[in-house]
Order: sequence, then C-alpha cells, then structure tokens
Amino acid sequence: MIMKTYVKSLRCVECGREYKIEPIYVCEFCFGPLEVTYDYERIKLDMTRQKIESRPHNMWRYRELLPIDGDPVTGFDTGYTPLMRARNLARAWGVREIYLKDDSVNHPTLSFKDRVVAVAVTKAKEFGFDTVACASTGNLANSVAAQSARAGMKRFIFTPADLELSKTINSLVYHPNLVMVDGNYDEVNRLCSEVANKYHWAFVNINIRPFYGEGSKSLGFEVAEQLGWKTPHNIVVPNASGSLMTKIWKSFKELEKLGLVPPVKTRVFAAQATGCNPIVTAIKEDSDVIKPVKPRTIAKSLAIGNPADGYYAARVTKDTGGYGEDSTDQEIVDAMKLLAETEGVFAETAGGVTVSAAKKLVESGRISKDETLVICITGNGLKTTEAIVDHLLRPAPIRPNIEAFEELLKKLQ
Amino acid sequence: MAIKVRIPTPLQKLTNGQSEVECSATNVLELVDALEKDYPGMKERLSDGGKIRRFINIYVNEEDIRFANKEETAIKDGDNVSIVPAIAGGREQYL
Repeated sequence: MIMKTYVKSLRCVECGREYKIEPIYVCEFCFGPLEVTYDYERIKLDMTRQKIESRPHNMWRYRELLPIDGDPVTGFDTGYTPLMRARNLARAWGVREIYLKDDSVNHPTLSFKDRVVAVAVTKAKEFGFDTVACASTGNLANSVAAQSARAGMKRFIFTPADLELSKTINSLVYHPNLVMVDGNYDEVNRLCSEVANKYHWAFVNINIRPFYGEGSKSLGFEVAEQLGWKTPHNIVVPNASGSLMTKIWKSFKELEKLGLVPPVKTRVFAAQATGCNPIVTAIKEDSDVIKPVKPRTIAKSLAIGNPADGYYAARVTKDTGGYGEDSTDQEIVDAMKLLAETEGVFAETAGGVTVSAAKKLVESGRISKDETLVICITGNGLKTTEAIVDHLLRPAPIRPNIEAFEELLKKLQ
Repeated sequence: MAIKVRIPTPLQKLTNGQSEVECSATNVLELVDALEKDYPGMKERLSDGGKIRRFINIYVNEEDIRFANKEETAIKDGDNVSIVPAIAGGREQYL
C-alpha cells in the first residue's frame, strides 16, 4: 500500500531557501541546516485522533508527520514506549504529577535512537541507497547496525579505534562493517563527510540528517497522546546536539496546528552534564552564541562539545519560558540510582543527567510542584554500566546457613 | 602587507576559483565590504543585515571572531583571516 506523501520540501532553517527532497542537509546559500516541511492543510484533513488511535502501537501511527513517502521498512515495534506515572519520585520531590517517558525499553536497541534510525533507514531505501552508514560510538551505532541488518541493507559503522570493548560488542554483534579509525571523534566525522561525498551511501546523521531528525518528533507525539491528547506543563530533555529537544517542541506545535491538542503552553528544559554543558551555559548566560567546550563527563552519549543544533535548542527554552540545568558526575550517578530505587527504571547516564536536572529545576522553583512534569529517559542503563559499577556496593558473601543469614539480617535492619 | 583571506571551496566560484585572496580592511565588516567590491556576491553569502551569518565561521589569526569582537573585530595588515562554513567536516555534533 503506497501512502500519499505530505512532505513538501527541504527548507533552510536560517535563510528560508527551499530545496527539492533529496539526500542533502546543508543550504547551498548560507550553509544553514535543512529541515523537512509538510503540507499541514492536507494532513489536517487526514489525521484525526481516532485514526491515530486505531493504528498499531508504534511510532508510525504518526506517519503523516514523518518524512517518508511509502511504507516504513523498519521500526515496526519502535516507539510507543511507556509513559510511566512516577508516584514515588513525585512524592520524594513534593511534586503533584511526574511522568517518565521511558525510551530505555525502545525496540530494538533500547534507546530513542531507534526512532530516528527507523526513519533514516526507510528514507535511505526510498532514495535508492543500498548502504547505510554512521559515525557513532554508542546508541546510534547500535541502532543503525541492528535496523539496517533487519532491513537487508549493507552497513558501515565508523568509530574511533579506542572505543571500549563493551560498546564495540553492542554494535559488532549485528555483523556490520565496523571501521575503527585511528583518530579522535572529530577526525572520524571529517572522514565520514568525505566518504559521504564520494560514495553513494546514506550516512544517517549527515546526508540523511533532515529526515533522520524528524523521527524524534514521535517521542513528543506519544507523550501528548499518552497524556490524553494534551501537552505537559513542563518537560525536561537531555541535550547532546540539541536536536531531540527542538524536535519534541516541533512535535507539540504540529499537534497544536492540526487541532489535535489544546494551545501549547509547555515549558521546555534542557539537561546536560556539567562536564559538557555548552547549551545550558548559553541558556544561563542568555547568550545566542554557543561556546564550544571540551567534553569531560561520564555521560558520553551527551558528550558533544560543539552541538549542531545548540543555538536552536537554547532558543526553544527561551521562547517557552523554560531553562536548563547541568549536573556533576556524582550527581548523575546519584540520580541514576534514585530513579532505579524509586521507579524501577535503570537509565543510562543521560537519564541520570535528566533526572538530576529535573530535581534541581524543581528545587529552584523553575518547575512548579503543582504542574505536570515529564522527564525523558532516552537510553538503557545496561549500556553504560561502567559509569555505575564503582558506585554500587557488592555485599560480602555469607556462609550457606540460616545463622549466617540472620546475622546479616540484623545488620541490614 | 595586505590581509590574506582563505576562501572555502563553496565560495571559490565567486573568487574566480581562488582559495586565497588579499584585501585591506580595519575590521570584519569592512573586510566583507572590501571582498564584495572585488568579488561581487560575497557580501550576501557572508552576512545578513550587517551581521555575519550564523553558519559562517570567521577566524582572525586562528581566533573565532565570535569570541573576540564579532563584526567589530579589528584586523590589520599581515593578519590571516579564514572563512569556514560551519559544516566543514569534522563535526563531533553528528551524534
């Protein structure tokens, strides 16, 4: 079944110049990033709450607002992750209503990246590519390796050669072509730009980036639907490149434009690690210039010192009356443990970053305790166990008899 | 000794294929006007309403003008200026 497309063009976010739908990502005139535009008038006629609700529980239930023309080729169980009511955390912080959007259980690779990759792989096939590629050390690499394997596409993952073994295994198991580059991350990306130019390959976060980025909107659509077709008062989002946060905001505004939610009053908040906080710094200094930093944090999935969408991300928080917070490595770990102990969710370091930021924003009064708060958990803790392993006390073994146990029990109580 | 200006590949069609040109100016805005005089079309590629475009990086002697004095950043004879589109390879933000 071929679905008609609602995609109109690619448009430069900076200067507004429009381009045909092609695997391009940069404005030829001003070098700004390109964004997908849609025919919202036609979408409004076709997309109703009932129609959405009747569809399978995956990200493609919002397909009119995702930039593909035909049927998806992957991501059939991706998205529609739980929106959990976090009563224990709320009680701990004195907040009336907290929800966790739990992408730590996203399918198939346990992070929100599965959403953007599902779109990228589908679009790559639509463009006629036979090879998908990316530069990544973590969640993106895992997702590209897994989804392109299932979609039957050739795949190349580029990483720095000194990547930890555990992270390498998480992608290697899917049998991609793994290219380990003797260089730092910057150098890997530079190489990928050159390879993308020379070979006709779909680099999901380079030449397919405008389409790839749109996949993040599905997280926002789901939050609104799962809250009963309303947008929350407050939402806290982790920031690496800044893209996810801008897309979540876009998703709320699109639902509003289509009349699917009431007027949006959401305050959007950015969460980063203190060891890599260029976006939060710009927010706090009310600056429109992002100062690149050298990342030094356990939150490696957020370790982007020069975020591509940093300016736009900072703008979203400003325009919505939001703010930003950053957290030290210890605060991140403490927040990971707090989330696990209160709500039974084991998030990766980015999740700790977000929970810690939310805590600070509530404590400082920037987030009201009487309003609905949504915290975005973007990846699973099993992917970053090295960050927490030294912070968990393994108990000493006891002898296998009840006396030994009862002695332990006395100590535990 | 004039100011040496490095021109990125995408803009070299405006400078007759030259990757490096020379000109005179005392600050960045003046430099843009000077380039426009010799190579028409440069000004609107580099600036918009008197401000350097967001995705154009300009370095004066390796320093990003955003962290100096932006459009007012002083330039003198013998200085090296580089114009680098923000997307020019090696972007760690592609995660």
